[in-house]
Amino acid sequence: MTHPCVVTLDRKSAPRVLFAGNRLIEVDLPAGTRVIYPKPPLEGLRDPDAAIRYAINHPYNREPLYALLRPGMKVVIAMDDISLPLPPMKRPDVRERVLTIVLQLLADHGVDDFEMIIATSVHRKMTGPEVRHIVGDRIFDAYWPKRLYNHDAEDRDNMAFVGETDLGERVVLNKKAVEADLVIYVNLNLVPMDGGHKSVAVGLCGYESLKAHHNPKVMRKCHSYMDPKTSELNTVVERMGKVTNKVLKVFTIETTVNNRMFDRALGFLHKNEDDWTGNERLAFKGVQFALDRTPAEARQKIFEKVPSPFELTGVFAGETEAAHAHTLKRCFEQYCVPVEGQADILVCGIPYVSPYNINAFLNPLLVQVMAQGYLFNMYRNQPLVKKGGTMIITHPCTDRFDHAQHAPYVEFVHRLLPETRDAMQLHKRFEAEFAQHPAYLQMYRRGNAYHPVHAFFMWYWGEAGRQHVGRVIVVGADNGYIPQVLGYETARSMHEALEMAKDGAPSSPQITCMHLPPIVMADMVMPRSHGAAT
Amino acid sequence: MAASYFDVDGTLVRTNLVHPTLFYLLNQATPARTLARLGGALLRAPRLALAELRDRRAFNEELYMLFRGMSEDRLHALADEAVDKVLRPAIYPGARDLIRRCKDLGHEVVICSGALDFLMVPLARELGADQVIANRLEFHDRVASGRMIPPVVAGPTKALLIREHARRGGHDLDASFAYSDSYSDVPMLSVVGHPSAVNPDAALERLAHAHRWPVVHLDRTP
Repeated sequence: MTHPCVVTLDRKSAPRVLFAGNRLIEVDLPAGTRVIYPKPPLEGLRDPDAAIRYAINHPYNREPLYALLRPGMKVVIAMDDISLPLPPMKRPDVRERVLTIVLQLLADHGVDDFEMIIATSVHRKMTGPEVRHIVGDRIFDAYWPKRLYNHDAEDRDNMAFVGETDLGERVVLNKKAVEADLVIYVNLNLVPMDGGHKSVAVGLCGYESLKAHHNPKVMRKCHSYMDPKTSELNTVVERMGKVTNKVLKVFTIETTVNNRMFDRALGFLHKNEDDWTGNERLAFKGVQFALDRTPAEARQKIFEKVPSPFELTGVFAGETEAAHAHTLKRCFEQYCVPVEGQADILVCGIPYVSPYNINAFLNPLLVQVMAQGYLFNMYRNQPLVKKGGTMIITHPCTDRFDHAQHAPYVEFVHRLLPETRDAMQLHKRFEAEFAQHPAYLQMYRRGNAYHPVHAFFMWYWGEAGRQHVGRVIVVGADNGYIPQVLGYETARSMHEALEMAKDGAPSSPQITCMHLPPIVMADMVMPRSHGAAT
Repeated sequence: MAASYFDVDGTLVRTNLVHPTLFYLLNQATPARTLARLGGALLRAPRLALAELRDRRAFNEELYMLFRGMSEDRLHALADEAVDKVLRPAIYPGARDLIRRCKDLGHEVVICSGALDFLMVPLARELGADQVIANRLEFHDRVASGRMIPPVVAGPTKALLIREHARRGGHDLDASFAYSDSYSDVPMLSVVGHPSAVNPDAALERLAHAHRWPVVHLDRTP
């Protein structure tokens, strides 16, 4: 079984180009290395607005949106925050398109009592310019900040108890949504772990509800986050979502985009390096030359200034679960590449961006999230790397944090991790202290900082990967301390890292390189001769 | 048990020591006295400006000389009104929430301010704080001399007073929090395990970033 996106290198293969934070590096990988490339972008919908109108008029398992509207009713429109998509997309953002149509529909049906809430959960609040970017000038100018605002999970007077699952998980959500006659959720589903019940039951909740699933015990049972059927996180969220939907009337509008992350100038990053044209090789050399000579902060700014040309590939509306089933199908269609057999050594470049550092630096805790959290979990069925295998990542691991966004992370990395990396210990000994930290909570409420417990969630996010992967080796770290704190080994070059990884691996280890971004997921098929090595 | 220590001016309220002082100067028993007091204050303005450049303690000493000759009764009688009209409207939107969360943690909340005690006690009541460390005027025959009773609450002395308070109250300073807006309060911030810069001046903000202390803006609404 071979898929065009799975390329086996030979002696003549060109070096592979990987992200190392906000730089691009070339690495020579041995002959026989399997490189998994993202699928080509699915074709974008020709008339996105027509597709949105069709979806809300032909929803799954729900009356059309217009039939749910009546004058005088209270409506809350909630939407995904700027952590989706990655990087932020060119304007008009999908949310602007959907909101424009939905607001017109509300006006046509005499519904003028509505508010728009950005479902940030315990993510940082979006700034005005960021909100403008996703909702567009017209909506922003008309409604920000009175009727368009960020969710505040610590506004105690504005959170309401919704109910409890059979297992005692308490659902506490934004009171405006709970008291509304109708909640319309506008989602942008980048990866399969997004959307579904997560939209309302997580996006509009607070710490009391989050701790039911964002904990090390649940995270250890996720195989993988990207495969909802086998994700304990998704199981708990679904349970809480069902309780939510018994009380709240939710009309979901989910959207999918393709994986066109880079415009033509960086289009070569989508392709096998052996297939690059002369112009593409020249473009890469030019970009690499420029990045290498640009200070780190400016490099980050350059990438932040370039929005992605994502295109809408699907709109699915209606009842939460029914609509989400179609969304997932489209997501898997874009990302899943069939791969046969697990690797002994998995090589991944860590890019400059994650869901949690839009307009900020990818700090050490987020490097860990990307490595053992997101990239490790980019699979269905079985992990891409064998149990006890090695992950090699490329990143400088610079000891740098954005003070406004990630202040609690600093204390987490520099005070707590040197004491213990054990997620259970961190959870038991320190999480409650951070959850009530008065200063960090004010930074979250009145500034643009992540909630203090988010640092813990980020560590738990890597828990499944930590339990599975034997070693992580960093190539290109600019210091030894951060890798040590994170529990990583360091190597000066990819060659050295591979030699280190071979120590303890089978004699001819299977080496796989995940070539991303853009996003790719491995659909792991175990060879017939092998048992299911988990 | 831990405690939370708060500077006041610029930290919890947007006013500074001058605002309530002006309130007193403007509310003398007769218009003539008010004019006389204001004239005296104007004459003192250059010295106040120089003192502010020198250090916070010198500024406090100069400023409180403006109270010289006022009766203790009058100062106390006007205190509630000064809090009502000057300080309460100037409380930052996030101040009460921050203090409430400190109390939720079981902290003793202590106001530690260079302002005068007869103003800080009602303000502490208003904010829900438990204790007050503030400056006290010296009175002779129930008339203010304009001098302060030592120790003068300012700069490094705040740190000493907090240490003493913690020792007396059995508070663990490593587990305690302190909040201030001013670089002059770095000593006070440095004696606790959890310092925070609140609406900081430029120098404190730089220091907070260097030490990676939390920087909070209570002047913003959520």
